[in-house]
Amino acid sequence: MAEPHSSSHEHKQGFWRTYWFSTDHKVIGIQYGITALLFLLFGFGLMLLMRWQLASPGVEIPLLGALTPEMYNQFGAMHGTIMVFLGIVPLAVGAFGNYVVPLQIGAPDMAFPRLNMASYHFFFWGGVVMLASFFVPEGAAKAGWTSYPPLADIETMGQTMWLWGMVLLITSSLLGAVNFITTIIQLRADGMTFFRMPFFVWAQFITAFLLLLAFPPLEAAGFLQLADRLLDTSFFLPSGLVTTDGPLEVAGGGSPLLWQHLFWFLAHPEVYVLILPAMGIVAEVLANNTRKPLWGYRLMVYSLIFLGFMSFIVWAHHMFITGMGTAISAFFQVTTMIISIPSVVILSALFITLWGGSIRFTVPMLFALGFLPMFGFGGLTGLPLGLAPTDIPLHDTYYVIGHFHYVVAPGTILAMFAGIYYWYPKITGRELNNTLGHIHFWGSIVSMNVIFFPMLIQGMAGVSRRLFDGGHTYSFSEGVMHYNVLMSVAAFALLAFQIPFLINFFMSLKRGRKTTRDNHWAATTLEWSATPTPPVPHGNFETVPTVYRGPYEYSVPGHATDFLSQDEASPPAAEAVAAEELVEA
Amino acid sequence: MGDQGTVWLPEAASTVAGDVDALFYFILWVSTILFIGVIGTMVLFAWRFRRRSSQDRPQPVRENKLIEASWIVVPTLLVAIVFVWGFRVFLELGIAPPNSYEIDVRARKWSWLFEYSSGAQSSELHVPVHRPVKLRMISEDVIHSFFVPAFRVKADVFAGRYSYVWFEATRQDTFVVACAEYCGMAHSQMLTRVVVHSQDDFENWLANNAADADMTPAERGERLYSQQGCFACHSLDGIELTGPSFQGLAGSTRMFTDGTSAEADANYLRQAIVNPAAEIVQGYEALMPGTYSSLSAADLDALVAFIEAQ
Repeated sequence: MAEPHSSSHEHKQGFWRTYWFSTDHKVIGIQYGITALLFLLFGFGLMLLMRWQLASPGVEIPLLGALTPEMYNQFGAMHGTIMVFLGIVPLAVGAFGNYVVPLQIGAPDMAFPRLNMASYHFFFWGGVVMLASFFVPEGAAKAGWTSYPPLADIETMGQTMWLWGMVLLITSSLLGAVNFITTIIQLRADGMTFFRMPFFVWAQFITAFLLLLAFPPLEAAGFLQLADRLLDTSFFLPSGLVTTDGPLEVAGGGSPLLWQHLFWFLAHPEVYVLILPAMGIVAEVLANNTRKPLWGYRLMVYSLIFLGFMSFIVWAHHMFITGMGTAISAFFQVTTMIISIPSVVILSALFITLWGGSIRFTVPMLFALGFLPMFGFGGLTGLPLGLAPTDIPLHDTYYVIGHFHYVVAPGTILAMFAGIYYWYPKITGRELNNTLGHIHFWGSIVSMNVIFFPMLIQGMAGVSRRLFDGGHTYSFSEGVMHYNVLMSVAAFALLAFQIPFLINFFMSLKRGRKTTRDNHWAATTLEWSATPTPPVPHGNFETVPTVYRGPYEYSVPGHATDFLSQDEASPPAAEAVAAEELVEA
Repeated sequence: MGDQGTVWLPEAASTVAGDVDALFYFILWVSTILFIGVIGTMVLFAWRFRRRSSQDRPQPVRENKLIEASWIVVPTLLVAIVFVWGFRVFLELGIAPPNSYEIDVRARKWSWLFEYSSGAQSSELHVPVHRPVKLRMISEDVIHSFFVPAFRVKADVFAGRYSYVWFEATRQDTFVVACAEYCGMAHSQMLTRVVVHSQDDFENWLANNAADADMTPAERGERLYSQQGCFACHSLDGIELTGPSFQGLAGSTRMFTDGTSAEADANYLRQAIVNPAAEIVQGYEALMPGTYSSLSAADLDALVAFIEAQ
């Protein structure tokens, strides 16, 4: 368990203990954040190489030469893997969850600080293994981020590295998930009841359950595929396969579909692992910048719990074209339709929160406002994919790529930026530059749309994903091929618009204006109100806060300021009654 | 219409396509209306409720059970409608009519082979118009997926397990058949055509392709070249694909990756078909499947004769 608060003023530790083997959740959060951002940039770089190839097939890339199909397929598989498992999950859960959750619930640290450190190091080495796989003979994994056998079973050595990398990453997530659940249940400050927890903490709480319950099947599946590759088992190999080297000499009798079930049993909840923390961040930023309580907070929490539960029984909608039975297919179509409803509820509640607000257009607020319609768009484009008849022509086409990128890129990633702009002053004690933030926001949201919208059109025309030449060999795709140039130009523009962010991020560490008060955004939650900026290194709080009220008591009538912090002792009686009414009504 | 580069679904040419498209367009238009509504509302709210001064205070908003409930009931009704509608189309797509004409399909890296009940084989799919056709499909290696955009049908093809797809073409024309499931290096090149004939033409085609007694070996080799999908990797006009072109191949001197060389005589050609990994020509990789060792001796003779004639 976390060390008691009094031990926080201990002797100074060396560099390695302070920055690399730290057990302080804030340092670990920053480690996660920096590492994940670097991986995001790297995964984005792989995508740029692929977009170069798609816009101008065969034209040489400076320093790298013309892309071969092998290289393209490696980049494709690794782009997906890196963005999901090494970029967004560590950023959303590892970085924001680690840094913010203990502060928001008034805990001195995570429940298991050493486990927390181990979790980061598993993640880091998982990433190293993934990167190293580019340098093994015949390169990195190229069976797609989904690694479907038999292809993945007979692929080159990079696939084995991919599996070991995944095992490390999954282990990291499991350690993290146990830690989050224990921390949130056990280490809440006095008065921090479950329904006084900020929505962000709820989102991390549910996310942790998803990770804890969904990842073990994939870890098991990863070991089974390793056994197929290294120990000549045939968990995923049917009998009678013939490959380049003639008939495969394996026992056979396995099922390629088994992998798909195990994979998607993780990978669908994984979608919500990517999106729930994003919703949590957006909820915090919206309440803070509309200066009013979240509309329908309890309804949102119930929707979140329902969403988490439902996410476990929708996975086979990724498998409508595998020829599964009508009854099973019908079941998964029903659950897929149902799961859209809690998402609609949460999104609508966030929209209605704007109503009657006093909206400050800060940079984090811009990103949060950008998230709302983009995530909505991602959700709506997913509707035809949830129904088997409309999914069938669209399955495995660019339409699917467009759909989930809308959810994850202008959806989740914009929310992640909202989080960075929102908590940066807390972490560093310095403000980010506003102008650069505006350039970053508008540039990013416009270029993302120009990249992803044409994908929907290409997919409707029938252009498949994972085509090395982008579909130039297909006569039916001729009419939509010209979009590739536009999309690739937009992708490079998106890179250009990250430069102001990078400059802002690093320059502001030294040159940013110092925050004038601890509670920079005049927020109600504990990470702003109960601890200095930046927070106390070990132990978080100078005095452990007591919580008196719900998370979003903004603009309580009769109160002097427009916010009432969770740890602020009771205001005069009349105000208390008014506030109570608001929460209970 | 896809050929002309519109933003809509491609031209439809099967009996189910109309129903699939109608459902898709219904969802598309409802989504478009919702999305415009959502964007409009957001911009309106953001403008209307912008902070005008630091003394600005929002009005406290009371929660409203009716609004909360409506946000649950309305989307539920909407998805219930599309589900029931979708399910009817789904049954239509899933159940082949009992009088369907059956064709066997074999998929392998990176070509298709279609086998007809008459014994005819082809690498392009030939079907009669206005008659339900049911494909029984199996893969020899990894997972492939049979996809005809114009028919709105797609189904994965596995090794060791049959999968099925059916369609009824409504027009005499040719359409692209693509592999939709990523299947390795030359996935992008794994494509063929479906040729829709009138019923009479189809019978003729079957008859022409069943008998081969009166053909020369080279002619039979030419047909095998097309049936077995050799063209996917070996051109006849000198263009380098995944494998060496057959043009001028016979009689040339082949340099191998192990530094040895050999003249491409008939024995070499035969060996290169049945055991392609034995000797790899410089500049190429060991990618050719070993499946062709199962060809009959007569077929191998015919293929060698065909290659020698190029």
